[in-house]
Amino acid sequence: MIVAGIDVGGKNVHIVIKKDGQILGKGASPTGIKKAEAVEQLYDDILKKAGLTRKDVERVVATGSAAKRVTFATGFIPDAVADARGVIKLFPKARTVIDVGAEEGRSIKISPEGKVLDFAINEKCAAGTGTFVEAMSRALEVSVEEMSKIALDSTKSISMNAQCAVFGESEVVSLIHQKVSKPDIARAVMNATAGRVGSVARIVGLEKDVVMVGGMAKNLGFIDSLKKNLEMDVVVPEDPDYMGALGSAEAAIAGVTTEGV
Amino acid sequence: MAEAPKTQEFWRWPETNWVNPDIDWKKGKLITSGVDVGSVSTQAVIMVDAEFYAFGNTRTGSDSPNSAIKGMDYALEKSDLKLENIDYCIGTGYGRVNVPMAQQSITEISCHARGANYMYGPEVRTVMDMGGQDCKAINIDDRGKVLNFMMNDKCAAGTGRGMEVFADLIHVPVWEIGPRSLQVPKEPPMISSTCVVFAKSEVVGLLEQGVPESEIMAAYCSAMAHRIMELLNRLGVKEKFVITGGIAKNEGVVKRLEKELGIKTAEQIWYKKEYTDRGYPFDTQLAGAMGAAIFGNTLLKMGKAKSARKA
Repeated sequence: MIVAGIDVGGKNVHIVIKKDGQILGKGASPTGIKKAEAVEQLYDDILKKAGLTRKDVERVVATGSAAKRVTFATGFIPDAVADARGVIKLFPKARTVIDVGAEEGRSIKISPEGKVLDFAINEKCAAGTGTFVEAMSRALEVSVEEMSKIALDSTKSISMNAQCAVFGESEVVSLIHQKVSKPDIARAVMNATAGRVGSVARIVGLEKDVVMVGGMAKNLGFIDSLKKNLEMDVVVPEDPDYMGALGSAEAAIAGVTTEGV
Repeated sequence: MAEAPKTQEFWRWPETNWVNPDIDWKKGKLITSGVDVGSVSTQAVIMVDAEFYAFGNTRTGSDSPNSAIKGMDYALEKSDLKLENIDYCIGTGYGRVNVPMAQQSITEISCHARGANYMYGPEVRTVMDMGGQDCKAINIDDRGKVLNFMMNDKCAAGTGRGMEVFADLIHVPVWEIGPRSLQVPKEPPMISSTCVVFAKSEVVGLLEQGVPESEIMAAYCSAMAHRIMELLNRLGVKEKFVITGGIAKNEGVVKRLEKELGIKTAEQIWYKKEYTDRGYPFDTQLAGAMGAAIFGNTLLKMGKAKSARKA
Protein backbone atom coordinates (compact mmCIF):
# COMPACT_ATOMS: atom_id res chain seq x y z
CA MET A 1 0.00 0.00 0.00
CA ILE A 2 1.30 3.44 -0.94
CA VAL A 3 0.45 6.34 1.39
CA ALA A 4 1.30 10.03 1.64
CA GLY A 5 1.80 12.24 4.70
CA ILE A 6 1.54 15.98 4.19
CA ASP A 7 2.42 18.65 6.76
CA VAL A 8 1.35 22.20 5.85
CA GLY A 9 2.93 24.56 8.37
CA GLY A 10 3.21 28.29 8.79
CA LYS A 11 6.17 28.58 6.45
CA ASN A 12 6.83 25.27 4.69
CA VAL A 13 5.03 22.22 3.37
CA HIS A 14 6.65 18.80 3.84
CA ILE A 15 5.53 15.66 2.03
CA VAL A 16 6.56 12.02 2.48
CA ILE A 17 5.42 9.12 0.24
CA LYS A 18 5.76 5.68 1.84
CA LYS A 19 5.25 2.09 0.75
CA ASP A 20 5.36 -0.71 3.33
CA GLY A 21 7.77 1.07 5.65
CA GLN A 22 9.97 2.31 2.84
CA ILE A 23 10.21 5.94 1.80
CA LEU A 24 9.59 6.32 -1.94
CA GLY A 25 9.88 10.06 -2.07
CA LYS A 26 9.94 13.21 0.02
CA GLY A 27 10.27 16.92 -0.42
CA ALA A 28 9.66 20.38 1.03
CA SER A 29 8.82 23.81 -0.33
CA PRO A 30 7.73 27.20 1.06
CA THR A 31 3.96 27.52 1.44
CA GLY A 32 3.82 31.15 0.35
CA ILE A 33 0.45 32.90 0.24
CA LYS A 34 -1.33 30.39 -1.98
CA LYS A 35 -0.92 27.35 0.21
CA ALA A 36 -3.22 24.97 -1.65
CA GLU A 37 -1.34 25.55 -4.90
CA ALA A 38 2.05 25.08 -3.22
CA VAL A 39 0.86 21.73 -1.82
CA GLU A 40 -0.47 20.47 -5.17
CA GLN A 41 2.68 21.44 -7.01
CA LEU A 42 5.06 19.83 -4.50
CA TYR A 43 2.92 16.70 -4.32
CA ASP A 44 2.91 16.23 -8.09
CA ASP A 45 6.67 16.91 -8.32
CA ILE A 46 7.49 14.25 -5.72
CA LEU A 47 5.16 11.72 -7.30
CA LYS A 48 6.71 12.34 -10.71
CA LYS A 49 10.24 11.85 -9.39
CA ALA A 50 9.16 8.58 -7.76
CA GLY A 51 7.55 7.44 -11.02
CA LEU A 52 4.06 7.51 -9.52
CA THR A 53 0.72 9.16 -10.20
CA ARG A 54 -1.94 10.34 -7.77
CA LYS A 55 -3.95 7.18 -8.46
CA ASP A 56 -1.18 5.01 -7.02
CA VAL A 57 -1.57 6.62 -3.60
CA GLU A 58 -4.23 4.89 -1.57
CA ARG A 59 -4.40 7.16 1.47
CA VAL A 60 -3.31 10.73 2.15
CA VAL A 61 -3.23 12.11 5.70
CA ALA A 62 -2.62 15.82 6.27
CA THR A 63 -1.52 17.74 9.34
CA GLY A 64 -0.22 21.21 10.23
CA SER A 65 -1.82 24.60 10.82
CA ALA A 66 -3.10 24.71 7.22
CA ALA A 67 -3.87 20.98 6.82
CA LYS A 68 -7.33 21.74 5.41
CA ARG A 69 -5.67 23.18 2.29
CA VAL A 70 -4.89 19.60 1.26
CA THR A 71 -8.17 19.16 -0.59
CA PHE A 72 -7.38 15.61 -1.69
CA ALA A 73 -6.57 14.27 1.79
CA THR A 74 -8.43 11.19 3.03
CA GLY A 75 -7.68 12.02 6.66
CA PHE A 76 -6.64 14.87 8.93
CA ILE A 77 -4.80 14.68 12.24
CA PRO A 78 -3.57 17.39 14.65
CA ASP A 79 0.15 18.21 14.69
CA ALA A 80 0.62 16.72 18.14
CA VAL A 81 -0.76 13.35 16.96
CA ALA A 82 1.45 13.37 13.86
CA ASP A 83 4.52 14.17 15.97
CA ALA A 84 3.71 11.43 18.47
CA ARG A 85 3.13 8.79 15.81
CA GLY A 86 6.24 9.71 13.86
CA VAL A 87 8.54 9.92 16.88
CA ILE A 88 7.47 6.65 18.56
CA LYS A 89 8.09 4.79 15.30
CA LEU A 90 11.72 5.98 15.19
CA PHE A 91 12.38 6.25 18.94
CA PRO A 92 10.39 3.72 20.98
CA LYS A 93 11.92 5.11 24.21
CA ALA A 94 10.73 8.68 23.55
CA ARG A 95 8.29 10.09 26.16
CA THR A 96 8.50 13.82 25.44
CA VAL A 97 8.43 15.47 22.02
CA ILE A 98 9.35 19.12 21.57
CA ASP A 99 8.33 20.52 18.20
CA VAL A 100 9.38 24.03 17.25
CA GLY A 101 8.47 25.26 13.80
CA ALA A 102 8.26 28.66 12.13
CA GLU A 103 5.23 30.00 14.01
CA GLU A 104 4.49 27.52 16.79
CA GLY A 105 6.24 25.71 19.58
CA ARG A 106 4.74 22.75 21.38
CA SER A 107 5.69 20.11 23.87
CA ILE A 108 3.95 16.73 23.88
CA LYS A 109 3.94 14.00 26.49
CA ILE A 110 3.50 10.60 24.84
CA SER A 111 2.76 7.04 26.01
CA PRO A 112 4.94 4.03 25.07
CA GLU A 113 2.33 3.34 22.37
CA GLY A 114 2.72 6.81 20.90
CA LYS A 115 -0.54 8.22 22.23
CA VAL A 116 -0.68 11.88 23.16
CA LEU A 117 -1.11 12.11 26.94
CA ASP A 118 -0.77 15.85 27.35
CA PHE A 119 0.54 18.81 25.44
CA ALA A 120 1.28 22.53 25.78
CA ILE A 121 1.51 24.99 22.94
CA ASN A 122 2.63 28.50 22.14
CA GLU A 123 1.01 29.81 18.99
CA LYS A 124 0.32 33.37 20.11
CA CYS A 125 3.79 34.84 20.31
CA ALA A 126 6.81 34.72 18.02
CA ALA A 127 9.20 34.40 20.97
CA GLY A 128 10.33 30.78 21.16
CA THR A 129 9.65 30.06 17.48
CA GLY A 130 11.67 29.94 14.28
CA THR A 131 10.28 33.34 13.30
CA PHE A 132 11.99 34.93 16.32
CA VAL A 133 15.38 33.47 15.37
CA GLU A 134 14.88 34.49 11.74
CA ALA A 135 14.05 38.08 12.73
CA MET A 136 17.15 38.26 14.93
CA SER A 137 19.33 36.82 12.14
CA ARG A 138 18.12 39.63 9.86
CA ALA A 139 19.06 42.20 12.48
CA LEU A 140 22.44 40.51 12.85
CA GLU A 141 22.85 40.34 9.05
CA VAL A 142 23.77 36.66 8.94
CA SER A 143 21.79 33.71 7.61
CA VAL A 144 19.93 31.51 10.10
CA GLU A 145 22.26 28.63 9.15
CA GLU A 146 25.35 30.70 9.84
CA MET A 147 23.86 32.04 13.05
CA SER A 148 23.18 28.51 14.30
CA LYS A 149 26.84 27.65 13.83
CA ILE A 150 28.50 30.83 15.13
CA ALA A 151 26.43 30.62 18.33
CA LEU A 152 28.66 27.66 19.23
CA ASP A 153 31.77 29.89 18.99
CA SER A 154 30.52 32.28 21.65
CA THR A 155 33.02 32.99 24.40
CA LYS A 156 31.06 35.43 26.53
CA SER A 157 27.66 34.85 28.01
CA ILE A 158 25.26 37.78 27.70
CA SER A 159 21.53 37.75 28.12
CA MET A 160 18.77 39.43 26.15
CA ASN A 161 16.23 41.56 28.00
CA ALA A 162 13.62 41.51 25.27
CA GLN A 163 11.24 38.61 24.89
CA CYS A 164 9.25 40.19 22.08
CA ALA A 165 10.62 39.76 18.55
CA VAL A 166 9.89 43.41 17.75
CA PHE A 167 11.83 44.68 20.77
CA GLY A 168 14.44 41.95 20.27
CA GLU A 169 15.41 43.37 16.89
CA SER A 170 16.15 46.76 18.45
CA GLU A 171 18.11 45.06 21.21
CA VAL A 172 20.25 43.07 18.75
CA VAL A 173 20.99 46.30 16.86
CA SER A 174 22.02 48.02 20.08
CA LEU A 175 24.23 45.04 21.04
CA ILE A 176 25.95 45.37 17.63
CA HIS A 177 26.52 49.08 18.39
CA GLN A 178 28.00 48.12 21.75
CA LYS A 179 30.53 46.02 19.79
CA VAL A 180 29.35 42.72 21.22
CA SER A 181 30.65 39.96 18.91
CA LYS A 182 28.25 38.24 16.52
CA PRO A 183 28.79 34.77 18.07
CA ASP A 184 27.95 36.17 21.52
CA ILE A 185 24.78 37.85 20.21
CA ALA A 186 23.83 34.66 18.32
CA ARG A 187 24.27 32.67 21.53
CA ALA A 188 22.15 35.15 23.48
CA VAL A 189 19.36 34.78 20.89
CA MET A 190 19.54 30.97 21.07
CA ASN A 191 19.53 31.04 24.88
CA ALA A 192 16.49 33.35 24.89
CA THR A 193 14.66 31.07 22.45
CA ALA A 194 15.63 27.95 24.42
CA GLY A 195 14.35 29.64 27.58
CA ARG A 196 10.92 30.15 26.04
CA VAL A 197 10.79 26.66 24.53
CA GLY A 198 11.99 25.19 27.83
CA SER A 199 9.25 26.89 29.80
CA VAL A 200 6.58 25.47 27.47
CA ALA A 201 8.21 22.02 27.81
CA ARG A 202 8.14 22.21 31.61
CA ILE A 203 4.37 22.68 31.57
CA VAL A 204 3.90 19.04 30.50
CA GLY A 205 6.94 17.78 32.41
CA LEU A 206 10.16 16.43 31.00
CA GLU A 207 10.24 12.66 30.92
CA LYS A 208 13.16 10.97 29.12
CA ASP A 209 13.83 10.47 26.27
CA VAL A 210 13.26 13.95 24.94
CA VAL A 211 13.09 14.15 21.14
CA MET A 212 13.25 17.49 19.37
CA VAL A 213 11.59 17.87 15.96
CA GLY A 214 10.50 20.68 13.64
CA GLY A 215 12.62 23.11 11.65
CA MET A 216 14.32 24.56 14.73
CA ALA A 217 15.78 21.12 15.54
CA LYS A 218 18.19 21.66 12.64
CA ASN A 219 19.65 24.68 14.44
CA LEU A 220 22.79 23.40 16.18
CA GLY A 221 23.27 26.47 18.36
CA PHE A 222 19.68 26.28 19.54
CA ILE A 223 19.90 22.56 20.37
CA ASP A 224 23.03 23.25 22.43
CA SER A 225 21.25 26.04 24.32
CA LEU A 226 18.17 23.86 24.83
CA LYS A 227 20.20 20.98 26.30
CA LYS A 228 21.75 23.41 28.79
CA ASN A 229 18.39 24.95 29.61
CA LEU A 230 16.66 21.61 30.18
CA GLU A 231 19.76 20.10 31.83
CA MET A 232 19.23 16.86 29.93
CA ASP A 233 20.05 15.27 26.61
CA VAL A 234 17.87 16.01 23.61
CA VAL A 235 17.66 13.50 20.74
CA VAL A 236 17.40 14.94 17.24
CA PRO A 237 16.32 12.69 14.33
CA GLU A 238 17.95 12.84 10.94
CA ASP A 239 15.24 14.88 9.22
CA PRO A 240 13.55 16.63 12.15
CA ASP A 241 11.48 18.93 9.95
CA TYR A 242 9.82 15.95 8.22
CA MET A 243 8.41 14.49 11.44
CA GLY A 244 4.88 15.85 10.91
CA ALA A 245 4.77 14.38 7.41
CA LEU A 246 6.27 11.07 8.57
CA GLY A 247 3.79 10.77 11.41
CA SER A 248 0.92 11.53 9.03
CA ALA A 249 2.15 8.78 6.71
CA GLU A 250 2.21 6.40 9.72
CA ALA A 251 -1.35 7.40 10.52
CA ALA A 252 -2.32 6.72 6.89
CA ILE A 253 -0.80 3.24 7.10
CA ALA A 254 -2.79 2.63 10.29
CA GLY A 255 -5.94 3.68 8.45
CA VAL A 256 -6.59 6.78 10.56
CA THR A 257 -8.93 9.33 9.01
CA THR A 258 -9.38 11.55 12.03
CA GLU A 259 -7.94 11.56 15.52
CA GLY A 260 -8.32 14.03 18.36
CA VAL A 261 -6.02 14.60 21.30
CA MET B 1 1.25 70.85 14.05
CA ALA B 2 4.39 70.85 11.93
CA GLU B 3 4.22 69.93 8.29
CA ALA B 4 4.46 66.23 7.54
CA PRO B 5 7.96 65.21 6.53
CA LYS B 6 8.29 64.14 2.92
CA THR B 7 10.31 61.02 3.55
CA GLN B 8 9.24 57.44 3.08
CA GLU B 9 9.42 56.72 6.81
CA PHE B 10 5.76 56.17 7.53
CA TRP B 11 6.24 55.73 11.27
CA ARG B 12 7.80 59.20 11.57
CA TRP B 13 5.42 61.56 13.33
CA PRO B 14 5.93 65.34 13.44
CA GLU B 15 7.66 67.02 16.40
CA THR B 16 5.88 69.91 18.15
CA ASN B 17 6.56 72.68 20.66
CA TRP B 18 4.57 75.54 22.21
CA VAL B 19 4.89 78.41 24.66
CA ASN B 20 1.99 79.82 26.67
CA PRO B 21 1.28 83.42 25.55
CA ASP B 22 -0.65 84.17 28.78
CA ILE B 23 2.27 83.64 31.17
CA ASP B 24 5.23 85.93 31.83
CA TRP B 25 7.83 83.63 33.37
CA LYS B 26 9.72 86.59 34.84
CA LYS B 27 6.81 87.17 37.22
CA GLY B 28 6.85 83.57 38.40
CA LYS B 29 8.38 82.39 41.67
CA LEU B 30 9.11 78.75 40.97
CA ILE B 31 10.02 77.51 37.52
CA THR B 32 10.11 73.74 37.31
CA SER B 33 10.49 71.30 34.48
CA GLY B 34 9.97 67.63 33.74
CA VAL B 35 11.74 65.64 31.06
CA ASP B 36 10.16 62.33 30.02
CA VAL B 37 12.64 60.29 27.99
CA GLY B 38 10.66 57.44 26.50
CA SER B 39 11.81 54.71 24.16
CA VAL B 40 10.28 56.42 21.13
CA SER B 41 9.59 60.03 22.12
CA THR B 42 10.96 62.60 24.57
CA GLN B 43 8.96 65.45 26.09
CA ALA B 44 10.12 68.41 28.13
CA VAL B 45 7.50 70.48 29.99
CA ILE B 46 8.18 73.76 31.79
CA MET B 47 5.83 75.09 34.44
CA VAL B 48 5.73 78.48 36.10
CA ASP B 49 4.25 78.21 39.61
CA ALA B 50 2.60 74.92 38.63
CA GLU B 51 0.98 76.52 35.55
CA PHE B 52 1.65 75.01 32.11
CA TYR B 53 4.18 77.30 30.41
CA ALA B 54 5.95 75.48 27.55
CA PHE B 55 6.70 72.11 26.06
CA GLY B 56 8.75 70.35 23.40
CA ASN B 57 7.84 66.93 22.02
CA THR B 58 10.63 65.25 20.04
CA ARG B 59 11.73 61.83 18.88
CA THR B 60 14.13 59.95 21.14
CA GLY B 61 17.52 59.45 19.52
CA SER B 62 20.06 56.71 20.05
CA ASP B 63 21.07 57.90 23.53
CA SER B 64 19.05 59.27 26.43
CA PRO B 65 21.18 62.30 27.51
CA ASN B 66 21.19 63.85 24.04
CA SER B 67 17.49 63.16 23.60
CA ALA B 68 16.77 64.93 26.89
CA ILE B 69 18.87 67.95 25.84
CA LYS B 70 17.17 68.06 22.45
CA GLY B 71 13.72 67.92 24.06
CA MET B 72 14.57 70.70 26.53
CA ASP B 73 16.11 72.94 23.83
CA TYR B 74 12.99 72.49 21.75
CA ALA B 75 10.75 73.42 24.70
CA LEU B 76 12.82 76.59 25.30
CA GLU B 77 13.01 77.50 21.59
CA LYS B 78 10.05 79.89 21.48
CA SER B 79 10.75 81.56 24.84
CA ASP B 80 13.49 83.81 26.21
CA LEU B 81 13.62 81.55 29.26
CA LYS B 82 17.00 79.83 29.66
CA LEU B 83 17.89 76.51 31.24
CA GLU B 84 19.74 78.48 33.97
CA ASN B 85 16.45 80.12 35.00
CA ILE B 86 14.84 76.81 35.89
CA ASP B 87 14.65 76.06 39.62
CA TYR B 88 14.25 72.32 39.49
CA CYS B 89 14.14 69.59 36.88
CA ILE B 90 12.93 66.01 37.29
CA GLY B 91 13.63 63.19 34.84
CA THR B 92 11.12 60.45 34.17
CA GLY B 93 10.42 57.68 31.65
CA TYR B 94 12.52 54.81 30.40
CA GLY B 95 15.68 57.00 30.25
CA ARG B 96 15.00 58.97 33.46
CA VAL B 97 18.39 58.27 35.07
CA ASN B 98 20.13 59.73 32.03
CA VAL B 99 18.68 63.25 32.03
CA PRO B 100 21.73 65.54 32.44
CA MET B 101 19.83 68.67 33.58
CA ALA B 102 17.69 66.83 36.13
CA GLN B 103 18.24 67.04 39.88
CA GLN B 104 16.38 63.78 40.48
CA SER B 105 14.23 61.15 38.81
CA ILE B 106 10.73 59.79 39.53
CA THR B 107 9.13 56.73 37.89
CA GLU B 108 6.87 57.36 34.92
CA ILE B 109 3.91 55.62 36.59
CA SER B 110 3.81 58.26 39.36
CA CYS B 111 4.43 61.09 36.89
CA HIS B 112 1.73 59.96 34.46
CA ALA B 113 -0.77 59.69 37.28
CA ARG B 114 0.08 63.17 38.59
CA GLY B 115 0.16 64.66 35.08
CA ALA B 116 -3.20 63.14 34.09
CA ASN B 117 -4.73 64.51 37.31
CA TYR B 118 -3.60 68.00 36.26
CA MET B 119 -4.38 67.72 32.53
CA TYR B 120 -7.79 66.05 32.80
CA GLY B 121 -8.93 67.13 36.24
CA PRO B 122 -9.13 65.56 39.74
CA GLU B 123 -12.14 63.40 38.79
CA VAL B 124 -9.89 61.07 36.77
CA ARG B 125 -9.73 57.57 38.27
CA THR B 126 -8.22 55.43 35.50
CA VAL B 127 -5.33 56.46 33.25
CA MET B 128 -4.33 54.30 30.31
CA ASP B 129 -0.87 55.34 29.19
CA MET B 130 -0.02 54.00 25.78
CA GLY B 131 3.65 54.48 25.20
CA GLY B 132 6.10 53.55 22.50
CA GLN B 133 7.26 50.29 24.02
CA ASP B 134 4.87 49.61 26.85
CA CYS B 135 1.39 50.31 28.08
CA LYS B 136 0.15 50.84 31.60
CA ALA B 137 -3.29 50.99 33.10
CA ILE B 138 -3.21 53.06 36.31
CA ASN B 139 -5.91 53.65 38.92
CA ILE B 140 -5.49 56.95 40.75
CA ASP B 141 -7.14 59.00 43.49
CA ASP B 142 -8.34 62.60 43.41
CA ARG B 143 -4.85 63.90 44.17
CA GLY B 144 -3.29 61.94 41.31
CA LYS B 145 -1.74 59.34 43.59
CA VAL B 146 -1.25 55.83 42.20
CA LEU B 147 -3.57 53.27 43.80
CA ASN B 148 -2.83 50.30 41.56
CA PHE B 149 -1.47 49.61 38.10
CA MET B 150 -1.00 46.92 35.44
CA MET B 151 1.67 47.02 32.84
CA ASN B 152 2.69 45.29 29.64
CA ASP B 153 6.30 45.90 28.76
CA LYS B 154 7.09 42.45 27.39
CA CYS B 155 5.14 42.44 24.15
CA ALA B 156 4.91 44.95 21.29
CA ALA B 157 1.20 44.22 20.71
CA GLY B 158 -0.81 47.21 21.91
CA THR B 159 2.15 49.61 21.94
CA GLY B 160 3.09 52.55 19.75
CA ARG B 161 5.93 50.52 18.30
CA GLY B 162 3.38 47.98 17.05
CA MET B 163 1.50 50.78 15.28
CA GLU B 164 4.72 52.11 13.74
CA VAL B 165 5.61 48.66 12.38
CA PHE B 166 2.12 48.50 10.86
CA ALA B 167 2.42 51.99 9.30
CA ASP B 168 5.69 51.03 7.65
CA LEU B 169 4.21 47.78 6.40
CA ILE B 170 1.17 49.30 4.68
CA HIS B 171 2.94 52.52 3.64
CA VAL B 172 0.52 54.90 5.34
CA PRO B 173 1.77 57.75 7.59
CA VAL B 174 1.10 56.78 11.19
CA TRP B 175 -1.15 59.79 11.96
CA GLU B 176 -3.44 58.95 9.01
CA ILE B 177 -4.19 55.42 10.19
CA GLY B 178 -6.80 56.45 12.80
CA PRO B 179 -8.98 58.65 10.56
CA ARG B 180 -8.71 56.32 7.57
CA SER B 181 -9.58 53.28 9.69
CA LEU B 182 -12.91 54.94 10.47
CA GLN B 183 -13.81 55.29 6.78
CA VAL B 184 -15.15 51.76 6.48
CA PRO B 185 -18.73 50.97 5.49
CA LYS B 186 -18.79 48.00 7.85
CA GLU B 187 -16.47 47.07 10.73
CA PRO B 188 -14.30 44.15 9.51
CA PRO B 189 -13.21 41.31 11.85
CA MET B 190 -10.11 42.27 13.83
CA ILE B 191 -6.63 40.97 13.01
CA SER B 192 -6.58 37.61 14.78
CA SER B 193 -2.87 37.45 15.63
CA THR B 194 -1.81 38.94 18.93
CA CYS B 195 1.91 38.95 18.11
CA VAL B 196 3.00 41.91 15.95
CA VAL B 197 5.26 39.65 13.90
CA PHE B 198 2.42 37.25 13.10
CA ALA B 199 0.04 40.17 12.52
CA LYS B 200 2.47 41.38 9.85
CA SER B 201 2.10 38.09 7.95
CA GLU B 202 -1.65 38.30 8.38
CA VAL B 203 -1.73 41.84 6.98
CA VAL B 204 0.44 40.84 4.02
CA GLY B 205 -2.05 38.05 3.33
CA LEU B 206 -4.97 40.51 3.41
CA LEU B 207 -3.14 42.92 1.06
CA GLU B 208 -2.50 40.02 -1.35
CA GLN B 209 -6.19 39.18 -1.28
CA GLY B 210 -6.96 42.75 -2.34
CA VAL B 211 -8.73 43.77 0.88
CA PRO B 212 -9.03 47.62 0.88
CA GLU B 213 -6.39 49.41 2.97
CA SER B 214 -8.95 51.21 5.13
CA GLU B 215 -10.45 47.86 6.13
CA ILE B 216 -7.04 46.49 7.07
CA MET B 217 -6.41 49.62 9.17
CA ALA B 218 -9.78 49.14 10.87
CA ALA B 219 -8.92 45.48 11.54
CA TYR B 220 -5.57 46.48 13.05
CA CYS B 221 -6.95 49.34 15.16
CA SER B 222 -9.69 47.13 16.62
CA ALA B 223 -7.17 44.40 17.45
CA MET B 224 -5.11 47.01 19.30
CA ALA B 225 -8.18 48.33 21.12
CA HIS B 226 -9.06 44.79 22.13
CA ARG B 227 -5.56 44.15 23.41
CA ILE B 228 -5.67 47.28 25.58
CA MET B 229 -9.08 46.31 26.87
CA GLU B 230 -7.75 43.01 28.18
CA LEU B 231 -5.23 44.92 30.29
CA LEU B 232 -7.85 47.43 31.48
CA ASN B 233 -10.29 44.68 32.43
CA ARG B 234 -7.70 43.01 34.62
CA LEU B 235 -7.17 46.27 36.52
CA GLY B 236 -10.77 47.48 36.48
CA VAL B 237 -11.75 50.74 34.76
CA LYS B 238 -13.33 53.60 36.66
CA GLU B 239 -14.62 56.90 35.30
CA LYS B 240 -13.36 59.41 34.52
CA PHE B 241 -11.23 57.41 32.18
CA VAL B 242 -8.42 58.95 30.10
CA ILE B 243 -5.88 57.73 27.58
CA THR B 244 -2.45 59.36 27.44
CA GLY B 245 0.57 58.70 25.22
CA GLY B 246 0.95 58.59 21.48
CA ILE B 247 -1.80 56.07 20.71
CA ALA B 248 -4.32 58.41 22.38
CA LYS B 249 -3.95 60.50 19.20
CA ASN B 250 -5.20 57.59 17.09
CA GLU B 251 -8.98 57.99 17.00
CA GLY B 252 -9.30 54.64 15.24
CA VAL B 253 -8.06 52.92 18.37
CA VAL B 254 -9.67 55.31 20.89
CA LYS B 255 -13.18 55.19 19.35
CA ARG B 256 -13.12 51.40 19.15
CA LEU B 257 -11.85 51.11 22.71
CA GLU B 258 -14.61 53.45 23.95
CA LYS B 259 -17.16 51.29 22.15
CA GLU B 260 -15.83 48.04 23.62
CA LEU B 261 -15.67 49.49 27.12
CA GLY B 262 -18.94 51.39 26.85
CA ILE B 263 -17.15 54.37 28.42
CA LYS B 264 -16.18 57.68 26.86
CA THR B 265 -12.71 59.06 27.44
CA ALA B 266 -12.61 62.38 29.30
CA GLU B 267 -11.43 65.59 27.64
CA GLN B 268 -8.43 67.64 28.69
CA ILE B 269 -9.11 70.76 30.72
CA TRP B 270 -7.77 72.82 27.83
CA TYR B 271 -10.26 71.31 25.41
CA LYS B 272 -12.53 74.33 25.73
CA LYS B 273 -13.12 77.10 23.22
CA GLU B 274 -11.54 79.77 25.40
CA TYR B 275 -8.27 77.81 25.36
CA THR B 276 -8.31 76.37 21.85
CA ASP B 277 -8.93 79.87 20.46
CA ARG B 278 -5.68 80.96 22.03
CA GLY B 279 -3.78 77.99 20.62
CA TYR B 280 -3.51 75.88 23.77
CA PRO B 281 -2.29 72.40 22.82
CA PHE B 282 -3.80 69.22 24.17
CA ASP B 283 -0.94 66.93 23.36
CA THR B 284 -1.67 63.55 24.96
CA GLN B 285 2.01 62.69 25.18
CA LEU B 286 2.80 65.31 27.83
CA ALA B 287 1.36 63.70 30.97
CA GLY B 288 4.64 62.17 32.16
CA ALA B 289 6.71 65.32 31.79
CA MET B 290 3.86 67.44 33.16
CA GLY B 291 3.62 65.25 36.26
CA ALA B 292 7.39 65.47 36.77
CA ALA B 293 7.29 69.29 36.58
CA ILE B 294 4.43 69.41 39.12
CA PHE B 295 6.36 67.13 41.49
CA GLY B 296 9.28 69.58 41.22
CA ASN B 297 7.04 72.44 42.29
CA THR B 298 5.60 70.43 45.20
CA LEU B 299 9.04 69.33 46.43
CA LEU B 300 10.36 72.91 46.39
CA LYS B 301 7.29 74.26 48.18
CA MET B 302 7.47 71.59 50.85
CA GLY B 303 11.16 72.30 51.34
CA LYS B 304 12.09 68.76 50.35
CA ALA B 305 14.26 70.03 47.51
CA LYS B 306 16.49 73.06 46.98
CA SER B 307 16.36 75.36 43.97
CA ALA B 308 19.18 74.71 41.53
CA ARG B 309 18.57 78.00 39.72
CA LYS B 310 21.75 79.56 38.34
CA ALA B 311 20.39 82.84 36.97
